[in-house]
Amino acid sequence: MTKHDQVLVKADNVKVHFPIHKGIFRKQVGSVKAVDGLTFEIRKGETLGLVGESGCGKSTAGRAMLRLYELTEGQLDFEGVDIASLDPHALRDMRPRMQMIFQDPQACLNPRMTVGSIIAEPLDEHTNMSTAEKREKVKTLLDAVGMNRDYVNRYPHEFSGGQRQRIGIARALALDPDFIVCDEPIAALDVSIQAQVVNLLQDIQERMGLTYLFISHDLSMVRHIADRVAVMYLGKIVELAEKRDLYKTPKHPYTQALLSAVPVPDPDIEAKREHIVLKGDVPSPANPPKGCNFCTRCPIAIDKCRTEEPELRELKTGQFVACHLAE
Amino acid sequence: MFHTQDGTVHAVNGISFYLEEGELLSVVGESGSGKSVTMMSLLKLLPIPPAEIVAGTVEFDGKNLLELDPEELRQIRGGDIGFIFQDPMTSLNPVFNVGFQIMEPLQEHLGLSKKEARKRAIELLELVGIPGAADRLNDYPHQFSGGMRQRVMIAIALACDPKILIADEPTTALDVTIQAQIIELVKKLRQKLGMAIVWITHDLGVAAGISDRIMVMYAGFVVEHAKVKDLYKRPLHPYTRALLATLPTEDDEGEDRLKSISGLPPSLYEYPTACPFAPRCEFAFERCQKENPLLMEMGDGHQVACWWDVEKGEPR
Repeated sequence: MTKHDQVLVKADNVKVHFPIHKGIFRKQVGSVKAVDGLTFEIRKGETLGLVGESGCGKSTAGRAMLRLYELTEGQLDFEGVDIASLDPHALRDMRPRMQMIFQDPQACLNPRMTVGSIIAEPLDEHTNMSTAEKREKVKTLLDAVGMNRDYVNRYPHEFSGGQRQRIGIARALALDPDFIVCDEPIAALDVSIQAQVVNLLQDIQERMGLTYLFISHDLSMVRHIADRVAVMYLGKIVELAEKRDLYKTPKHPYTQALLSAVPVPDPDIEAKREHIVLKGDVPSPANPPKGCNFCTRCPIAIDKCRTEEPELRELKTGQFVACHLAE
Repeated sequence: MFHTQDGTVHAVNGISFYLEEGELLSVVGESGSGKSVTMMSLLKLLPIPPAEIVAGTVEFDGKNLLELDPEELRQIRGGDIGFIFQDPMTSLNPVFNVGFQIMEPLQEHLGLSKKEARKRAIELLELVGIPGAADRLNDYPHQFSGGMRQRVMIAIALACDPKILIADEPTTALDVTIQAQIIELVKKLRQKLGMAIVWITHDLGVAAGISDRIMVMYAGFVVEHAKVKDLYKRPLHPYTRALLATLPTEDDEGEDRLKSISGLPPSLYEYPTACPFAPRCEFAFERCQKENPLLMEMGDGHQVACWWDVEKGEPR
């Protein structure tokens, strides 16, 4: 699996903490550690899947990758440029190369703009194209996402969820980016429409050589689209591996539980399967447990887990696990 | 039907089904296929108008629920038939504490005194696995997490020992690990209490694990109805087949594209004269454009509404 070996994005100990203010003087009393020390790299042309439950910080991580949030700590390399410390003007010049597709296609399109002006907006901001050129570009983009060219003058409310998501994708493609963060792009869609959008994303990736960070809670969809998968829990990566290794031989107890919780559409398999049912809920990221973040729900936790935080270590080539007990 | 400004929406069209004692029936379909409307109409939980139940009967223990007067119906809602809704945040009242909300049906339906109701409420919370039940009665819904709130909802629905529990997408708003907890809980409760359950879901994976029978809905019609094993082994309707095919499989390596169903579900403003799935169906032929197929018996309780025999590859 050395299809992709050039590194495009490299995150080094990225942290995003949101301060909690209390009292009459709004004194900072603590912070929500939404993303707490992520280190990974995304290689050119690959799809890195980022999975986890709600509240684990995966969306924050995705936004931080584009510096839509200021990092509390850490470095973020985009082809050798550290965008975490870039000044606003230089950052703006980088923006066309990295784009985002959002979860809710209803909320991310301005209801008072036509489809044509939504897709052309990045062109207005970042290029010097003439109006005619822009119109032409919008039409080719609509073709690229499989929509009718005549839709340019319609408004978002006239479209279904799947079509709106296509408009969002066309907008993200407008500036020929290298890197797209897809934040749960299919979560709001029906099953039969999900497949259409996923296929479209894969087609575009092949055609334009894009790199994706694909954020999702749907493990079976991530298995389909990703090359490598990172599993997050409470702001940290607990396991990162090639897709095949992660799904065949998950090493971290959380990954194992997560995979066993995914229902399989086959009654025979379902009847025989052993489910690992985790107890309790995810702790608050404002007050994470001491030691390993997962120790409060882990079925195999030992004393060491409650005092010492496990490092992300490479168990075998390409498979990284943050657990004291994994072998 | 719903009468709206834009015309009449035919949400549910002539659905017949039965539910045996202690059985779990899953209703599967995409959003807008009419699965929730069907179940809500059973108890007249829909606002009338705009909704109108045009025809049909609902028989429960020998009574037609649609003809009962409001007072009698109230006795059944929450008494004999419990309801769990999709979103536990919006279906619990944020200004009353959880204890009050569990005790309310107990006092209303079973006529328990406040003290007895409180005792029973604690039992119920313990039954659904909420730790420290007695202390949590005075907590408000916002103090619970999503999974815990859904447990509270289940406790309320179970309060009066219902014979039927209708669960409308009870795990859709929850994370997979919490979903697994709730499914485990429902399985356990079913063994213990032996009630019948109607489980509405759009997730064929969830349905496979828990149901006895499955009903697949599309655009307000039941298109297939079978025992769990038959449905997954031998799906007979092109829609069911397509739905199963769109799911990524266990040994998916991402090399192939997913099979997708082209097009969109139909608008429900007109009563269909053709098969509603025909425009998206790969097998559609002449007859599908002219006549809407009704459910046909295929043996062993397996029913399908389709003019095309997918197994033989010829019209029926």
